[in-house]
Amino acid sequence: MILQFGLILLFLAVGEFIVWLTGIPVPSSIIGMLLLASSLKAGIVKPRHVERLSNFLVHNLGFFFVPAGVGLMNCLGLISAEWLPIVVASVGSTVVIIAVTGWVHRIVRKSFSRHRGAAEAKGDVERQVL
Amino acid sequence: MWNARCYEALSIESMEFLNNKFFLIAATFIFYIGAQLLQRRTGVKLLNPILLAIAAMICFLLLAGIDYKTYQAGGEYIDFWLKPAVVALGLPLYKQLSTIRKQLLPLLLSELAGCVAGIVSVVLLAKLFGASHEVIMSLAPKAVTTPIAMEISSAVGGIPSLTAAVVVCTGIFGGMAGFRIVKLSRIKSPIAQGLSIGTAAHAVGTSAAMERSERYGAFSSLGLTLNGLFTALLSPFILHLIGVY
Repeated sequence: MILQFGLILLFLAVGEFIVWLTGIPVPSSIIGMLLLASSLKAGIVKPRHVERLSNFLVHNLGFFFVPAGVGLMNCLGLISAEWLPIVVASVGSTVVIIAVTGWVHRIVRKSFSRHRGAAEAKGDVERQVL
Repeated sequence: MWNARCYEALSIESMEFLNNKFFLIAATFIFYIGAQLLQRRTGVKLLNPILLAIAAMICFLLLAGIDYKTYQAGGEYIDFWLKPAVVALGLPLYKQLSTIRKQLLPLLLSELAGCVAGIVSVVLLAKLFGASHEVIMSLAPKAVTTPIAMEISSAVGGIPSLTAAVVVCTGIFGGMAGFRIVKLSRIKSPIAQGLSIGTAAHAVGTSAAMERSERYGAFSSLGLTLNGLFTALLSPFILHLIGVY
């Protein structure tokens, strides 16, 4: 378990280092995630080295957001003054994002597989298996 | 007389004890566990544990007269695990790498569309319903994960703490309603479903997708990554184009 904690935190530290070094406006955690995925791909890290802690963290992600959400209490005044636009815009735009992302994915994929022909149609079979 | 003084001291001390950070951390766990139990017992999806725990904690802090800064002395130890948890998403992502490579173009294009549509729609809707400028700027990056969203918010003149709260609430909404929305929009492929939920509802949506299956979760984490990257890079430009920044 110590190894698992060590590895996850090491990837995060490398992410922090890259951000510090280059000043790119991307969070260190996202860089750490991409590095972990590529190290797993390269075989430097084996899935079993990080599996237990990863599964725990990933399956309880929501809990870690509670303190940030409690921050709502700091802007109660602003929210009570402008709750309507805030709620309508957040909910509306969430629906828009989901629909647009899904639709564009379908459209591009369809025209893509038409060009590539039968080889890509395999993807649809795999879709059914899921 | 002695008794009264002792009682008084005890009551003052016990109120002060509520400021103890370990107590506040434990209380956060207890509220969350209680909310989880409530949801499981009643089977009501709307009783989202994250939402309930946040609401209960805010009520408790307001009643006990504890400010957010004092709470965060404990809360930051829970906050801390957000970053390692995002790193941990690298594992489900790795497991889907071959599918991702096969579909690179559709994935990138749909993410780009989702990112632009998200920023434009939230700004226009907020404007239409009369939000003030700083609230509009705080809402603009609301679809992406907290650290990115807060950074963008302060860069474009929003209020980072409002952004953080809206990000969490958006995530909860997307996690709760996401699968219903994909159904209504007739998005059938599991890849597209996971991807769009992650794009709209970042890590909270991803944990909801992860509950369905690891595959949904992996594409959801891909969605949150790509949208995070695109939003970080493009949002000042998009906001400028639609004339609010």
